Amino acid sequence: MPLPDFDPTTDFTLLGVAALLPLVAAVLCWVVGRRLPGGGGFLGTLATGVAAAIGLFLFGHALHQSGAGGEPFRWFSREHGLSFDVLASRADAPGPSLPFGILYDGLGSAMFAVVTTISFLVHLYSIGYMREDPRRHVYFGNIGLFTTAMLGLVLADNLLLLFVCWELMGFASWLLIGHYAHDPLSPRRELSARAATKAFLTTRIGDVCLLLALGMLYSHYGTLELSQLWRVVGEEVGRNSGVFPEWLLWTGMLILVGVIGKSAQFPLHGWLPDAMEGPTPVSAMIHAATMVAAGVFLLGRSYPLLAPAVLDTAAVVGAFTAIFAATVASAQNGIKAVLAWSTISQLGFMVAAVGLGGVVAGMFHMVTHAFFKACLFLSAGSVIHGSANEHDLSRMGGLRKSMPITFACMALATMAIAGVPLFAGFYSKDAILQVAFERAAVDHGGPGMFASIALPVAAAFTSFYMFRLLFLAFFGAPRTAHQAHESHWTLLVPLIVLAALSVVGGHLWVATPMDLFAHDVQPWFRELVSLTSLYGTPAVGVIHGIDPDQSRAIHSSALAVSIAAAGLGLVIAWLVYVRNARTPSPSERKSHALSRAAASSYHMDQLAHAVVVAPVRSLARLCAGVDRHLVDGAVVGGGWAARLAGLLSAAFDRVVVDGAVNALGALVALCGSLLRLLQTGRIQQYAAFALIGGIAAAAWLILSP
Amino acid sequence: MGLGAYLCVSAALLVIGIALMLARRNILYVLMGLELILNAANINFVAFARFSASPLDGRMFAIFVIILAAAEAAVALAIILHVVQLFHSVKPSAVDRLRE
Repeated sequence: MPLPDFDPTTDFTLLGVAALLPLVAAVLCWVVGRRLPGGGGFLGTLATGVAAAIGLFLFGHALHQSGAGGEPFRWFSREHGLSFDVLASRADAPGPSLPFGILYDGLGSAMFAVVTTISFLVHLYSIGYMREDPRRHVYFGNIGLFTTAMLGLVLADNLLLLFVCWELMGFASWLLIGHYAHDPLSPRRELSARAATKAFLTTRIGDVCLLLALGMLYSHYGTLELSQLWRVVGEEVGRNSGVFPEWLLWTGMLILVGVIGKSAQFPLHGWLPDAMEGPTPVSAMIHAATMVAAGVFLLGRSYPLLAPAVLDTAAVVGAFTAIFAATVASAQNGIKAVLAWSTISQLGFMVAAVGLGGVVAGMFHMVTHAFFKACLFLSAGSVIHGSANEHDLSRMGGLRKSMPITFACMALATMAIAGVPLFAGFYSKDAILQVAFERAAVDHGGPGMFASIALPVAAAFTSFYMFRLLFLAFFGAPRTAHQAHESHWTLLVPLIVLAALSVVGGHLWVATPMDLFAHDVQPWFRELVSLTSLYGTPAVGVIHGIDPDQSRAIHSSALAVSIAAAGLGLVIAWLVYVRNARTPSPSERKSHALSRAAASSYHMDQLAHAVVVAPVRSLARLCAGVDRHLVDGAVVGGGWAARLAGLLSAAFDRVVVDGAVNALGALVALCGSLLRLLQTGRIQQYAAFALIGGIAAAAWLILSP
Repeated sequence: MGLGAYLCVSAALLVIGIALMLARRNILYVLMGLELILNAANINFVAFARFSASPLDGRMFAIFVIILAAAEAAVALAIILHVVQLFHSVKPSAVDRLRE
């Protein structure tokens, strides 16, 4: 079916509607959700369903247009007069302007479709999963806000709008991770409150840095609009003979810290494993479509602003995080803990890819990862839901027979994340490895070399821990007496859709899907998103000096390494957990010191506690002491002084003013009591007085001359 | 007998009346003292009328005073009756409630 081209007059409106629909549903859920059947979950499902339909429809436009060749697929709503100026100044008094608009390009269209689709599936899943939660109307409202924030971030053509949505998302994630903190019956109340606060505060470090970076960019260029920033930075670097000015280097570092915070990279990764205290569908949202993806998305959007040193740092941080988190994931026993650490590791892949210059590969991995990680989390939720809230892998087993559909979906997603050929994750991980090998070949060392060693090892670990999870949960004999059962259809439908996407998401549009070594054939994503279509110009810092023959050789070796890593992990996991049927021991009783350390994530949390939390607490205590003794002392002293003044004033009042009044009264009373002596009430006495008076009057009359 | 003798009797009556009025512990005697004072005045009126050119004026005053005394005695006795009923006493010193 031939799709029409993107029509800016109507389609920007459609995009805006699609982005705001989940918010409308959210507000309805918050306000009247309590009285609606199912807490209003159907509203959010409907809204995100419509949004997903719009997203996929417009994504079809994008694919069609980019497949046809010619102009890259990039649309700015501002160029069509559709923008909103937050600093709108009057025509007679021109001032600074800061217009917000929509940027809809290949990456944005793919991400928009992915976010709306996953949000729709998560909503559908939540209807079944949250059926017994008394606060589900709040939950559905919050998740709608979460979705709208992410969609706004994806569509933003402006770093400030992006930042606003970024913050909104942090707030929504805080609400959702702490969902059970409001449930007085939940045994994990305290933990989820703490996890929500930890997530919020840890990402806050990155947010503050990002805001600083925005301030620096605005003060230098007077704009935060992405395409203008890309252009002016390119011009400035060109004038400066290819060297980034120092302030831009630090701005890039600050942006990178923002990304590290949001995408849970080392050393700000601690919040993500704790964030699984929220309901499982929320974890799927956070890990797949929103929140952590936002960090990588920002990295893709701000790539031309980043100096080579920043990119090298990103590459090293990403590669280190990938291998670090993969080893931790291999030692976890909680089903969601494995997946959470796996997300950190996969995000490390993406950040490393962008840092090495492979923006397209990194963004591609972000999209495919969204499919299989959402599928894995929702499957884990289905397992937990079906086996009476069991989180511990060492007490699962044999679920293959009782939950066949969940098993099938999880197996497909596991193969996708492990990088089994022909599955979605294989293509994207292969692309990242290729970028790493190319960089290593160009640079002869440096971050490229580090990444090309760390990433394949991390990939092998990925394959190992994912198959370990699969084997422990679904194979062997059941380890508890509890009879697991398959979940409700609202839980299974999203699983099946996502599992299908995990299989085909990587190569649905590749011309020859079966020919692994077909180097020239681009996966659909690379057709849609190239550096030129992303930033308008081939950006700085791309890998140069690779001829096609060398590139083909590197591609083949990346492919071989990738398949070998996936196979190695699979074989080891099979040998240990199926052949020998080993059950993992609890983390504190692991035999090997290294695996014990890995199980407790190398004591990073304790380290963070000792290095950051404890000093901050003692500083706070010091401040509190100063406050209590110095400030309170001054205030209390002032109070005492005022009290003394009051006492003096009262004494003056009492003694002088009251004294004068009382004295006057006493004088009057004295006169009264003296006069009262005459007033005896005895008539004879009165008669005597009258007589004396009469005699006196007579005497005066007679004696006066 | 000259005017001086009359005046002496009148002055004596006046003094006796005043003494009764001020000193007696019985209110009836006080009233009687009052009557004596009035009669002392009557004697003066009559005496001055006897020794003056127009004798009728003084007698007229005496008759007025007698009528006045009769009326006064009636009112005073009624008051005294009430006083006795209220205070169960004929002492004038008992009736001092207005002091307060």
